[in-house]
Amino acid sequence: MTARAALTCLEMVELVTGYIEGTLADDERRRFDAHLANCPDCPTYLEQMRLTIGALGSLPPESVSPEAERALLLAFGAWNR
Amino acid sequence: MWRVYSFLALELLKTQSAPDDERGEDALIDALRTGDESAFAALVRGHGGPMLRVAASICGDEALAQEVVQETWVAVLEGLDGFEGRSTLKTWIFSVLVRRAASAVERESRSVPFSSLARAEAEAGEPSVEIERFLPADDTRWPHHWASPPRPWGPSERLDSSEVREEIESAVEDLPRMQRAVIRLRDLTGFTAAETCGMLELSEGNQRVLLHRARSLVRRRLERYFAGEGR
Repeated sequence: MTARAALTCLEMVELVTGYIEGTLADDERRRFDAHLANCPDCPTYLEQMRLTIGALGSLPPESVSPEAERALLLAFGAWNR
Repeated sequence: MWRVYSFLALELLKTQSAPDDERGEDALIDALRTGDESAFAALVRGHGGPMLRVAASICGDEALAQEVVQETWVAVLEGLDGFEGRSTLKTWIFSVLVRRAASAVERESRSVPFSSLARAEAEAGEPSVEIERFLPADDTRWPHHWASPPRPWGPSERLDSSEVREEIESAVEDLPRMQRAVIRLRDLTGFTAAETCGMLELSEGNQRVLLHRARSLVRRRLERYFAGEGR
């Protein structure tokens, strides 16, 4: 194991988005996977990032205020004329 | 008839930009062109909220954002005949929105010009996790490994509670503007990296850095929330 090859946890938390997005270069991805396989804690961090992304994606969208909707429908009527 | 169009519109909104929705989207566009008010209402109800939040992220001002959303809908209706379907309707609408929000900010010039915001935020070098959570660089055994590792959050259903949702919403609202815009477009509204880069005129690298900062900060807030809850 050389010092160059092994990823640290500090590096892991900065590379995690590239890993999830699939934009890491092949050798970086391999170092990342190797770190995950050996580190007792970083899989938890990765999991928490994935949970966070999932939770962000399942937030219910804010609804449009009735006033705004009415104003827009009026604008639509005017456009339609 | 309007039921059919509203249904179509709602289905489209749910599934975002899958290509097999193309026919449904064509029907929706035809309905809009022929002046079907219910199709327009469904579109407004589906996108209006996320549009306002994205505009507010960019404008940093709720009232200005509302104006921008109104303007955008008018521009969308006026541009509908020229819409060639090279992107999805949703992507097109949000592109118009972001462009208008950016020029509104520049017109009002309340702060730094929009174009330099992204670079400034991407270059600000805050670490994703507090540096104290790691062992020092000169640690003899585990330099830069966790000193205080993340603790599992337990069953993922914990994230579904309304309190957690509020915490996430407020964490997103507290983000710097460009990070907020990027995370809203990517994770809350479901646009791809390429679509987001196009709308915000960001390089792929800056988009990823902003997304990374934003997600990392939201994770931190959740971590703090779960740690406090357990006490």
